[in-house]
Amino acid sequence: MSSESIALAGVREPSRPLGLLIHSWITTVDHKRLGILYILYSLLFLVIGGIEATIMRIQLIVPHNHFVSPQFFNQMFTMHGTTMIFFVAMPILFGFGNYLIPLMIGARDMAFPRLNAFSFWMTAFGGLLLYFSFVGGNGLYGAGAAPDVGWFAYAPLTAKTFSLGHSTDFWTLSIFVSGFGSIGVGANFVATILCMRCPRMTLGRMPLLVWLYLITAVIVLIAVSPLTAAQAMLCLDRFVGSHFFDTQAGGSAVLWMHFFWIFGHPEVYILVIPAFGFMSEIVPVFSRKPIFGYPVMVAATVAIAFISMSVWAHHMFTVGMNSYGNTFFVLTTMIIAVPTGIKIFNWLGTIWGGKIIFKTPMLFCLAFLFQFLCAGLTGIMLGAAPFNWQLANSYFVVAHFHYVIVGGILFATFAAFYYWFPKMTGRMYNETLGKIHFWLFVLGFHLTFDFMHIPGLLGMPRRIYTYEPGRGWDTWNMIVTLGAIVQGIAILVFVANLLYSAFEGKLAGNDPWDAWTLEWSTSSPPPEYNFPVIPEVRSRRPLWDVKHPEDPDWLYE
Amino acid sequence: MSTMVTSPAPVEAQWPLPYKGQAGMLSLIVAESSIFSIFVVAYIFYIGKNLSGPTPREVLELPIFATVCLLSSSFTIHLAVGALRKVNLGAFRLWWFITLVLGSIFLIATAREWHHLIYDKGLTIATNLFGTTYYSLVGLHALHVTVGLIGLLTVLLLALFGKVRTEHTKNVDTFAMYWHFVDAVWVVVFTVVYIIGR
Amino acid sequence: MACRTLETVGITSSLRARLKRGLLFLFSGLTLRCSAVFAQAASPVPNIFKPESTPADDIQRLSVFVLIITALIFIVVFSLLVYAITKYGRRRGDDGSEPPQVYGSNQVELAWTVVPVLIVLVLFLATARVIQSVQEAIPPASAVQVTAVGHQYWWEFRYPALGIVTANELHVPVSDRGRPTPTYIKLLSADTDHSFWVPQLAGKTDLIPNRINSMWIDPHATGMYVGQCAQYCGTQHAKMLLRIYVDTPEQFADWVAAEKQPAQASDDVAAGRHIFESTACVNCHAVTGTMADGRFGPDLTHLMSRATIAAGAATNTRENLKLWMRSPDAIKPGSLMPAMNLDDHDLELLTAYLESLK
Repeated sequence: MSSESIALAGVREPSRPLGLLIHSWITTVDHKRLGILYILYSLLFLVIGGIEATIMRIQLIVPHNHFVSPQFFNQMFTMHGTTMIFFVAMPILFGFGNYLIPLMIGARDMAFPRLNAFSFWMTAFGGLLLYFSFVGGNGLYGAGAAPDVGWFAYAPLTAKTFSLGHSTDFWTLSIFVSGFGSIGVGANFVATILCMRCPRMTLGRMPLLVWLYLITAVIVLIAVSPLTAAQAMLCLDRFVGSHFFDTQAGGSAVLWMHFFWIFGHPEVYILVIPAFGFMSEIVPVFSRKPIFGYPVMVAATVAIAFISMSVWAHHMFTVGMNSYGNTFFVLTTMIIAVPTGIKIFNWLGTIWGGKIIFKTPMLFCLAFLFQFLCAGLTGIMLGAAPFNWQLANSYFVVAHFHYVIVGGILFATFAAFYYWFPKMTGRMYNETLGKIHFWLFVLGFHLTFDFMHIPGLLGMPRRIYTYEPGRGWDTWNMIVTLGAIVQGIAILVFVANLLYSAFEGKLAGNDPWDAWTLEWSTSSPPPEYNFPVIPEVRSRRPLWDVKHPEDPDWLYE
Repeated sequence: MSTMVTSPAPVEAQWPLPYKGQAGMLSLIVAESSIFSIFVVAYIFYIGKNLSGPTPREVLELPIFATVCLLSSSFTIHLAVGALRKVNLGAFRLWWFITLVLGSIFLIATAREWHHLIYDKGLTIATNLFGTTYYSLVGLHALHVTVGLIGLLTVLLLALFGKVRTEHTKNVDTFAMYWHFVDAVWVVVFTVVYIIGR
Repeated sequence: MACRTLETVGITSSLRARLKRGLLFLFSGLTLRCSAVFAQAASPVPNIFKPESTPADDIQRLSVFVLIITALIFIVVFSLLVYAITKYGRRRGDDGSEPPQVYGSNQVELAWTVVPVLIVLVLFLATARVIQSVQEAIPPASAVQVTAVGHQYWWEFRYPALGIVTANELHVPVSDRGRPTPTYIKLLSADTDHSFWVPQLAGKTDLIPNRINSMWIDPHATGMYVGQCAQYCGTQHAKMLLRIYVDTPEQFADWVAAEKQPAQASDDVAAGRHIFESTACVNCHAVTGTMADGRFGPDLTHLMSRATIAAGAATNTRENLKLWMRSPDAIKPGSLMPAMNLDDHDLELLTAYLESLK
C-alpha cells in the first residue's frame, strides 16, 4: 500500500510540481506536517541563535576585545536568548508533541487541526517579526533596531525613556504574537489527549510522553498568560503613557520581575518536561525494559508542575525582598528538587538490569543523565539564597541554565531526532555520523559550559561586552570560546546527516528499533490518516503485547 | 510489523471521552483567567499608591444597573441553551436575543462611564496609577465582552437563518461557557475595583 | 566487559590509553588552576571564596557546606550511572532475549524519595540561618552610613553624616572584630536597575528606582577590593566598575578630612576654571566651593583623589582625562558623557584645572 509521503521536497513524488507541493505544506492542517514545520523552523533558528552566541564568544575570547561594538553585543545576547527560548526550544518541543501525540494515542489528528495550523503560523510570524528588527526602524545608535534589553527585558530599562526607538517593541510584539500560538497549542494538546484516545487507552495506559505533554500543556495555559499580560502592560506604558512600570510615577520595577518570572520559571518546566518525555520513551527501548515506576513518574511530574508555580522569586533573591520572602522561596525551590531528582533515579532504575544498546539516541540520553544531574546540583546551589547573592547574574548562572537547556533539553531533543527520524522520513540516519556528532558535541559542550562556572565564581557578571584583564577570567573565557566552536562543528555534522539521510538513507520500515508504542505499528512515514484501523489497546506497551503474546504487559499492570 | 488487533464498532461506542469542544474552551478559560489574574494583582498592588490625580473614591460610582444586566444575561443564556436542548427553537432565539441585548447594555454603560471619567473627571490611563490599572482591567474585561457579543450575534444570525438546530446544543453550550466566564470575571473585577479598591 | 561496551561506541583500547594519558595531564593542570580559585590570589581577583568581610564569610561557609553535600550526591549518583552503563550493556553475541521486565519497586522508590527530602531539609535549615544572620543584622551606632545611588554608568556615594559626596571609589574603615565599625550602604537608583557586587565583601544587592534597598559590609583586612555592576543597565553596563578601599581608621579619618574640604581656588588654573564654569560642564558636575552644582554626573571636587575615571574604565592620568573630555566614545562608547568640542588650547587649560581638584 503506498503511503502518502511527508518526506522532504520531491523525494517520492517527483512528478508533483514544486509550487503545488509548497502550497500543500503551507495550507496543511495535518499534525505530522505541522510538527515537521515546527521542527525545521526551530532548526533554522537554532543555527541563527548559535551564530549569535559565537559572535559573543569571539568578542569575549580576550579582555578589551573589539570584535563588535557594545551596542551590537547587547543586541546579540538579547536576540540569542529570545530566539533560543521562544523560537527554538518551544517550537521544537511543540513540533515533536504535534507529531507524536496523535500517533501515540491512536488518533487520526489533533482535536483542532486548523487551530494547530494557526498556532504554528503565529509562532512563525513572531520569529520573523523579531528578526525584522535588524532591518526595520532606526535605533538611536544606528546599529539597527534589534532589541538590546536582555531576554527578560527588565523595567525600567524598557521604558521609552531608556529604550528609544522601536527595538523593545519588536521584542514585545514578536513574543506577544507567538504567545497566542503557544496557548493554542496548549488547548489543542489538552483537548486531544483528554478526548481522542483510542478505545481502552485509559489515562493510565498512555505512553509517558503523552502524560508529560498533557502536564506541559496545562503549565502553558497557566504560565504563558502572565507574560502576555505583562507585555500588554509594557506596550500600554510605551504607547499610551500608562504607568505600570513607570518608577517616576510610583510604578514598580519589581512588579515586572514578579510577572515575568511567574511566567519564566514554569517556562523552563515547559521546556524540560517534554525532554523528560523523550527520555522516558527512548531509554526503555534501548534498555529493553519498561520505564521504572510509571505511576511515580506521572505523580512526580504533576508535583513538579504544581510546585513550579511557587518558586519564581528565586530569580529575584538579590532584589531586596525581606528575609521571610527569601526563606519561603528557598524552601519551595529546594522542595522541587525532590521530584525532579527522583526522575533521574527512575531512569537509572530502567537501565538497571537491562540490555543497553549504545545507538546514537541512547548515547544522547545517557549524556543527559550525567548532565542533568550536574545541572540540578548547581540549581540547588543557586537555590540557597545567600549563595545566590554571590552567584546571581554571574557566569555561574549562565553556565547553570545552559547546562539544563543544552546539556539536558537539547541532548534529549537530539535523542528524539535520531529516534523518530526513521518514523518521520522512512529512512535511517547514518549511525557513524550520529556518533561523530555526539562525541564532538559532548566535547564542545563540556569545554564551554564546565569551565564557564569558574569566571562566575571569580566575580564575572553576565551581559558584559568586555571585561578587565587580571581578574583571573582570561583563560577560562578562551576555553569557553573554543568549546563553542567545537559545538558549531558538531551541529554542522548533525545537519549534514539529517539532510543526506532524508534523501539517501536506508529504508527504515515500520519499527526499526523494536519498540512498543503505537506509532511504530504504522508505516514510516505514516499515511495521512495515521492508522488504517483505529487500534484498541490493553496495556501501556501495545506492541509488546503483540510481540510477546505469552507474556503481555496487561497481566502485570 | 504486525498490525493492531482491531476493534469492532460497538466497542468504540462504549468508549466515552469528554467532548473536545468543552475541553478546548475550558483550556482557553484557564489561560484567560491567568491573564486576568495578573491585571487584578497589578490593580490590588497599586491601590493607594498614586502620587497624584483623582482617587477611586472621588470618581467611581457603582455600576449597579450594568452589573445586573450582565449577570442576568448569564441566566438568560442558560435558558436559551435549555430551550435549544428541548427543541424549542423559538424560545432559544428569544432568550439568545435578550442575552445579546443585556450584554450590549453593559457595554454601552461602560462606555458612558468612561466618557464621564475622561471628560468630566479628567481620569485617563496616563493620569496616575489608578487610571492605569482601572482602564486596563475594566478594558480587558470589556474587550472580552465585545468578543462575546460578536459571537452571540453570529449565533443569532445563524439561528435566524435556521442553521442552528437541537443537535448543535453541545456547540452552543460550549460558547455559553465563555459567556459565563466573562460574567464570572466581572464579579471579580467589580469586587476588586468598586468595593475593595474604593 | 567495559571494553566491549566502549568499542561499540567507537572507542578502541589504544584510543582509551591515549585518552587516559591526556585526561591525566588535563586533570592535573585543571586541579592546579581550580585550586587557584580557592587559594590566595595576588592580583585583585574578586573571588567569592576569598571573603574578607562577615557577610561574605557567612556566605562562603554556607556555600562550602552546600558544595560538599552536592559533591557527595554527585559522586554517589555518578558512580551508580557509570556502574549501570558498564555492567548492563548488551554484549556481543547476545541471544536477543529480553531482560526481566521490571515495572517498579515501591520500597526502592520510597527510599529514594525519603533520603532527598531529608537532604533538602538540612540544606533549607542551614540556608535559613544565614539569611537571618545577614538580612536581620542590626547596625551598631559606630557603623558608617553610606548612600549609594546607581546611575547609567557610574556610582554616586554620599556619606550623609559626614557631608561627603564622591563617586565610583568607596572608602570605608576596616572593622575590628572586637569593636566593629561596619559600613551600612543604602542603595538607590537614579534611572534603571543596577546591582552592587564586590564579591569579597558581600553578596550582591540590586539598586532599583523607586525602592530603597540596603546592605552591609564588615571588612576585616585593609586593601582594595574590586567589583562591578551586576544587573544589566544599558550599553555600558560592562564598564560600571567598583572599587572599595578598606582603610585603617587613621587613613579613613584622613580621607574624610580631605573630602570635606571644598575645592581649593588657585590662580594658576583660573582660566581652566573659567572654562569649566562657562561651558556645559556645570550642568552635570558639581565642585563644592564653586557655583558648579550639577547632579547628573559624578562630583568632581576631589577628582584627583581617585585612581580611575569613568567608573573604572580608564586610569586617572592626564592623557585619559583629555581623551575623556575630547572623545568619551574612545573610552566608553555609549556613556552619557558628551564630547565637549573644545579646541586643544582650552582642553589643556581645562585639564590643568581638573588636575588641581585634589
